[in-house]
Amino acid sequence: MDTTLAHTWLRAVAAAVEQRQQELTELDAAIGDGDHGSNLHRGFTAVLPAIEGLGSAGEVLTKAGSTLISKVGGASGPLYGKAFRAMGSALTEGGDFGSALAAGLAAIEKLGGAAPGDKTIVDAWAPALAAFERTGSYADAAAAAEQGALDTVPLQARKGRASYLGPRSIGHQDPGATSTALILRALADSAPGPV
Amino acid sequence: MKKLINAPETVLADALAGFAAAHPELTVDQENRVITRSGRPATPKVALISGGGSGHEPLHGGFVGPGMLDAACPGEVFTSPVPDQLLAAAQAVHSGAGVVFVVKNYTGDVMNFELAAELAADEGIEVRTVLVNDDVAVEDSTWTAGRRGTGATVLVEKIAGALAERGADLDRVAALGDRVNAASRSFAIALTAATVPAAGKPGFDLPENEIEVGVGIHGEPGRRREPLRPAAELAAEVVDTILADHHLSAGDEVIALLNGLGGTPLIELYVLYGAVADRLAGQGIRIARNLVGNYVTSLDMAGFSLTLTKADPELLELWDAPVATPALRWS
Repeated sequence: MDTTLAHTWLRAVAAAVEQRQQELTELDAAIGDGDHGSNLHRGFTAVLPAIEGLGSAGEVLTKAGSTLISKVGGASGPLYGKAFRAMGSALTEGGDFGSALAAGLAAIEKLGGAAPGDKTIVDAWAPALAAFERTGSYADAAAAAEQGALDTVPLQARKGRASYLGPRSIGHQDPGATSTALILRALADSAPGPV
Repeated sequence: MKKLINAPETVLADALAGFAAAHPELTVDQENRVITRSGRPATPKVALISGGGSGHEPLHGGFVGPGMLDAACPGEVFTSPVPDQLLAAAQAVHSGAGVVFVVKNYTGDVMNFELAAELAADEGIEVRTVLVNDDVAVEDSTWTAGRRGTGATVLVEKIAGALAERGADLDRVAALGDRVNAASRSFAIALTAATVPAAGKPGFDLPENEIEVGVGIHGEPGRRREPLRPAAELAAEVVDTILADHHLSAGDEVIALLNGLGGTPLIELYVLYGAVADRLAGQGIRIARNLVGNYVTSLDMAGFSLTLTKADPELLELWDAPVATPALRWS
């Protein structure tokens, strides 16, 4: 991932979050507390001025992560914040985007303690990582994340606020998995085709 | 949505400005969103800091003052505060004896306080965390994020705050906070959902004559729906649900918090409290102290929660100790 793509990606995420804020909030209202859209909107809006002028993809993603931690709150702030910071570190250490995605997932799993099937961000991120490792394509990663988000519908939440609902969380798409799919779709749209 | 606000995105800033105007005895850092007592203590004392999403007022800012919290950090509505904010609070009130974070058990709160504790440690500030998880509506198991922190937070902040005021050390204050939490159980019933200003509509639709049983304080739906019944029956069910989990027995004393969720008139809370007192008396359990009112709210949600804390002489003596905060005040 080059510096330009990192900047383009985050601008695309901010635009997509702005556009789909209502949808994220509605998914969250069904099984959570209805603030996922507004929280991510606040976070990614703050990211854009923070990363302006940064000269490497690693720095851009690291700074984006720190900004999300500082501005978002809730669970999504620390989770996406740590994930972007881990991705930035992986790139700065010379890793490719696959190793960055892997580092991001590891950070999310460490902080949140969620495993695949718990109806969380992990259910979109893990299949996206697997797809990217197979084909090296951003588009495949995005498609896998979107399928992963859809596949959370029949799951019962075992982590986060939706877990309080027990079986009543079944039948709803997880907002966190949905926003992960949105983030990776924004990447695919920013850099179509294989890496 | 009909609300007394200027705009959804300025609710917190506008409310903090109003809080500052109403309470000149406290210091409100509107940039960092930190409410503190004015001035540092003459001798080092353990600093109690709490925080959480806004929309639960008077929790937590209303409990800042002598005898209770040293600082409170309000997040966005129903969203935990951020680590930088919590660190700013720790730096503002730390006086050399360490800091106790009082954290309600929600995924976001736990993560943000954990990150803040790491940042504070880097600054040489020793932090202990008291996790409040009193809501019996949630099974504490690997299948959930664990029990939610609700009404017991007020008791933890009051009782641990009283001990800190007397100069007890960090470990003792934190241990007492844990003890109050372990002695407390809560359960809530809602008649309506809360409307988050940014969302603009209620968090769930509840038909007329139906109630949501086992709700939390963030507008999330509860465990199940039931038809509305007379208050005495609901109060009895809530008492029984708590007792089934609490191992209280005849002859025990409790501190009872009958809490309104924000949209319930006080007259209805008293109707409920009478039934709660009857039910407990029937079990031989004596209410040694009580609070009836709106202490841990969920915006405009109609409904109530009951918290029962098993009392003992130490807890009662600290409960009775002087407190001077916007929302809790006695001498």
